Amino acid sequence: KMALLVGLSALSFLLMLVSFRLYVVLKAGRNCPFRAKESFAVVIVAGSGGHTSEVLRLTGSLSSAFSPRYYVVADTDRMSEEKISTFENSRGESTSQFSICQIPRSREVHQSWSSSVVSTLKSFCSSLPLMFRIRPDMVLCNGPGTCVPLCVAALLLGILGIKKVVIVYVESVCRVHTLSLTGKILYSLSDYFFVQWPSLRDKYPKSIFLGRIV
Amino acid sequence: MKTVFVTVGTTKFDQLIESITSPENILKDRGYERLVLQVGKGSVLPTADSCPHISLEAYRFKSSIAEDIERSDLVISHAGAGSCLETLGAGKPLLVVVNDTLMDNHQLELARQLYVDSHLLYCTCRYEKCLLSVIPSFLLENVIPMQDNCTLNQPLLLLIIPFLLHV
Repeated sequence: KMALLVGLSALSFLLMLVSFRLYVVLKAGRNCPFRAKESFAVVIVAGSGGHTSEVLRLTGSLSSAFSPRYYVVADTDRMSEEKISTFENSRGESTSQFSICQIPRSREVHQSWSSSVVSTLKSFCSSLPLMFRIRPDMVLCNGPGTCVPLCVAALLLGILGIKKVVIVYVESVCRVHTLSLTGKILYSLSDYFFVQWPSLRDKYPKSIFLGRIV
Repeated sequence: MKTVFVTVGTTKFDQLIESITSPENILKDRGYERLVLQVGKGSVLPTADSCPHISLEAYRFKSSIAEDIERSDLVISHAGAGSCLETLGAGKPLLVVVNDTLMDNHQLELARQLYVDSHLLYCTCRYEKCLLSVIPSFLLENVIPMQDNCTLNQPLLLLIIPFLLHV
């Protein structure tokens, strides 16, 4: 009985510690030391079809200081890889630094809730080593399900005190009146949350609205 | 050559492809001579001679459709965000035909809004009838060109502005 009590109190202490760190990490987002560096490693989450096109339009407006760029695609998605390579080659940078990483897809369209949880855990398991290896300055994502495990992994880097990763979430331009499920989850976990239509800005006070940015 | 470019993205949209290549061809009557089809995972890849009244090219995927958009005079799209924004960005007239066999297609929200803002024409109903009725009345003069990206001219600044503000 004693052991159980000790176990429980250790667990609750750990939980408190984690939530305190999470709070610190989320607060720190706005004051992170960005100016000291010349280039920023970015993880760009490309989902499938539509999300990939959109995130590439977004990446097109990032200056070359955002490099190297690591694209994460779902392992069932051949088309996105081609699109990314075509886009990167058309940027015309002499030293184009990018790579494409694959992780298991966290949720197929119309997949049921229960099996989504399992597959999200699966993709979290491969997001974690990926994030620990890359240790990016920033994660850029726009709504495919794969964002969630990747952003949680990025937060974990901060919680463990390894690296503060700035999470930039740009809600898909397709979302005019309602947030996507991913958006709802990442609204409180991201450092910068962009929306692209005024009706969303009105509903979500923490969001940043600068008009359409893709 | 007046060209129509039809794109369905990464999914399939057989009904649109069938209707656009159907014998009673409204496109020809409207003066279009060339038809380029991107059919995605569609069950048929029409051959060049499957549509005798019009010059036809068809393919499944390309890593960039920018060139096909640039070369066309009218784009017909399945409501995908990428193709909509690319087409309007290139200043081409756009007709969106909604795939009502795809349930809960959230990309429709964008097409609907761009329609409300008068940037494109869009139909949700049975497209055979729709296409036939919409294209003849396709008045380009009624469509408002879309502003490029946003109010700021240097979109690359956009994602950095917040950092600058708070550092």
